[in-house]
Amino acid sequence: MQIKLWINGKMVTEDVAADTLLIDFLRAHGCLSVKRGCETSNCGLCTVFVEDKPVLSCSMLVARVNGKKVTTLEGLQEEAEDFGAFIADQGAEQCGFCNPGFIMNAIAMFRENPDPSDEEIKQYLAGNLCRCSGYEGQLRGIKAYLSFKKENGGVC
Amino acid sequence: MADFKVVNKPIRKKDAMALVTGKPVYTDDVTPTDCLVVKVLHSPYAHAMIKEIDVELAKKVPGIEAIFTYKDVPGKRFTMAGQTYPEPSPYDRLILDQRLRYVGDGVAIVAGETEKAVDKALKLIKVNYEVLEPVLDFRTAKDNKVLVHPEENWEALCPVGADNKRNLCATDTSEYGDVDRVMAECDVIVENTYHTKANQQAMMETFRTYTTLDPYGRLHVIGSTQIIFHVRRILANALDIPKSKIRVTKPRIGGGFGAKQTCVTEIFPAFVTWKTGKAAKLIYTREESQIASTPRHEMEIKVRVGAMKDGTIRAMDVYTLSNTGAYGEHGPTTVGLSGQKSISLYNNNLEAYRFGYDVVYTNVQSAGAYRGYGATQGIFAMESAINELASKLSMDPVKIREKNMVKEGQIMPSYHDEPNSSCALDRCMTRAKEMFDWDNKPLAVDLGNGKIRSIGVAMAMQSSGISGVDVGSATIKLNDEGFYALSIAAADMGTGCDTILAQMAAECLECDIDDIIVYGADSDSSPYDSGSYASSTTYVTGKAVERACLQLKEKMCKIGAEMLSCSVEDLVFQGKKISKADGSEEITLMDIATKSMCGNTEATQVTASHSSTVSPPPFMVGMVEIEVDKETGAVELLDYVAVVDCGTVINTNLARVQTEGGLAQGIGMALYEDVTYNSVGKIYENSFMQYKIPTRLDVGKMRVEFESSYERTGPFGAKSIGEIVINTPSPAIAHAIYNATGVWHRELPITPEKVVMGILKG
Repeated sequence: MQIKLWINGKMVTEDVAADTLLIDFLRAHGCLSVKRGCETSNCGLCTVFVEDKPVLSCSMLVARVNGKKVTTLEGLQEEAEDFGAFIADQGAEQCGFCNPGFIMNAIAMFRENPDPSDEEIKQYLAGNLCRCSGYEGQLRGIKAYLSFKKENGGVC
Repeated sequence: MADFKVVNKPIRKKDAMALVTGKPVYTDDVTPTDCLVVKVLHSPYAHAMIKEIDVELAKKVPGIEAIFTYKDVPGKRFTMAGQTYPEPSPYDRLILDQRLRYVGDGVAIVAGETEKAVDKALKLIKVNYEVLEPVLDFRTAKDNKVLVHPEENWEALCPVGADNKRNLCATDTSEYGDVDRVMAECDVIVENTYHTKANQQAMMETFRTYTTLDPYGRLHVIGSTQIIFHVRRILANALDIPKSKIRVTKPRIGGGFGAKQTCVTEIFPAFVTWKTGKAAKLIYTREESQIASTPRHEMEIKVRVGAMKDGTIRAMDVYTLSNTGAYGEHGPTTVGLSGQKSISLYNNNLEAYRFGYDVVYTNVQSAGAYRGYGATQGIFAMESAINELASKLSMDPVKIREKNMVKEGQIMPSYHDEPNSSCALDRCMTRAKEMFDWDNKPLAVDLGNGKIRSIGVAMAMQSSGISGVDVGSATIKLNDEGFYALSIAAADMGTGCDTILAQMAAECLECDIDDIIVYGADSDSSPYDSGSYASSTTYVTGKAVERACLQLKEKMCKIGAEMLSCSVEDLVFQGKKISKADGSEEITLMDIATKSMCGNTEATQVTASHSSTVSPPPFMVGMVEIEVDKETGAVELLDYVAVVDCGTVINTNLARVQTEGGLAQGIGMALYEDVTYNSVGKIYENSFMQYKIPTRLDVGKMRVEFESSYERTGPFGAKSIGEIVINTPSPAIAHAIYNATGVWHRELPITPEKVVMGILKG
């Protein structure tokens, strides 16, 4: 079937098999930040934005994003660097395999709720698994980033 | 402590920004996609013989390149365990075997142009299985009439007590002092049996390997592995080809935790590429990673502790039954730690101990290496027994530990008679008590809202490399402009070893961390390293880095002396320059680097290797506060205090995150992560839907501090950190649950169902 979508602002028109998953389509189009950690929608590694809302690309057919705007971490490099630096300064990136999905979802959270409490952070990101860090370093990084933004009057 | 400039600092990992911005750095990102897709047909039976296997129809699927069965593979057995040769793990595997030994064992390898073609072909392979009776209960495995490995060419290279005709992968008993006599003299004896499960490492990147032939016709293996040199040997054994025909490299690794210390996927695409000459890739699904990989050894550990009324612990008797599953990877070695690392913790007044074990084959998924490597299982058992003893004696569980814990300077008979050369376990306990306010907290308090708040404690130790075995090496080279290249074969699997080893080099060479570039790991060009496991990298490879850098400094001074026409003794190395001691003349590092490339005969490159005759243990204390819901049995983590003695902390951020990550995995093991089988040996927990690893809502608040001893044999006083950190949660949480409910849970995980049933049964 013929589909048209925008990947990180670039229009793509293609004939795809009906059972093609969004994650596989994106990786085939060079968005290698998108990772697969499970096949059961449990890990959050494959998180991308469809129309600026986070979705699990392993659990969505590419046909469903026909006519829509898809964003991966490749399209959010500046934000990823700004926020990611705070994760890096905790050493909480560790193996890094879960980072793209986690950072995508964190960016979504900052946009939705620029001043989250610890509990809200944990709730929002509960679907992003990480086996290395134990999550505390990620939380420290998020909080450091938020207070940096606050001090500098920036909007997330 | 010495005044360090680069070491003992919270330095950002060298690859951090690439990782947080999602750069393509992992195996599947850096290898081509236009290669053969490889998949494995897994056995549906726990024990069966392939009577007939017909692949002709499957081969007709368009795009299928090759299908291999047991008829096509070499007949020499090998082990997939990443260990130094001769491996203690028995040679009990073939790439594919006619006998299938667990649900998930390899039946056939299919390679094709597309995943769809391969999936279709997998379904069209016709197999006639002769289903055999399996050995599923590891308590009945030894001397069972059903043999997991009846084959004649099964071989144990090391004297580990293995006997395939008894389903034994290893067995041993060691004794120090007269255990029975001392036990008889004790006022109180605690004796219990503890059971831990086959936990999955569950690193986020599943097992995966890409293989291709290089321009010289050699097999180039690019994969997610902790052990490039061991992979080279294992593949040479498996394929029955010379080691010189194989090159193994690793890109970034998406986590390992020991899982990637075993060749889980490498043999399959390697065989395909070797046979077809074509590049091939195998990526295990999460399901395959759960059912056909290399989890922790399930263990049942019987502990007897003999003590006096005042809490003096005089004798210990530990017996471990370990389940290695269908194959023996890491079976003979993990089990030793279950006694060694638990008994040695209580060295102070110990007069006698006995430690015996059997490691048995069964028809379940083969076990392997997982962070903690047997110590985790043993420490759950021992620390629980000590808490039970304290309870029996109505003693403070902290005080009984303070009275009996191993002290610095003591000889540890249960730890190869090694001296406890650096140990701040006592200070860890003191600091943990302060942070936790242990002395002022009741063991349990009913909150009156259906919940009970309670506390628990545990200690742990581990090792720093395998003494007399592990080899770490480093090559350091001076380049133009005076920057250095550090080449290693230790595998940074996210732990940050590339960075911490660069920190050590920078400390030695008195330069900035950015002046050190790090390259690893490539079996063709990296200096030999056993690999990243057994908590060896910081301690063993770190020392090699230190030595290489010191030797390079000498060489640079030699060139400097020649250029300044003076003797080496007159010179002082100062990082960016080398000066005459009297300050009269100096030469920059850049000048030396330039000279090294023009008319120079003194190599500005040094390779140093290191191996340690001792393995100084790191220590730690964990204290936990929980709330137990009396009606649902749910356990909520509130606060976890961990104080660690890993010697000098090389990178303060990374050591902290190692600790927090290890605690989270330990919490998962204690409360959530279960492996259960149906009546015919199939694992229920074959996805993250059933195998619940902790989320950020499950781990509570963790507070980590360090109380460092100084280990003279380690680089800058360092020991290890990677493994010890997983060991305290299970016993500490079990202790807290007892304090809340009055029930000792001696089997992990302690699920809400078990907690609530325990309360109901009283």
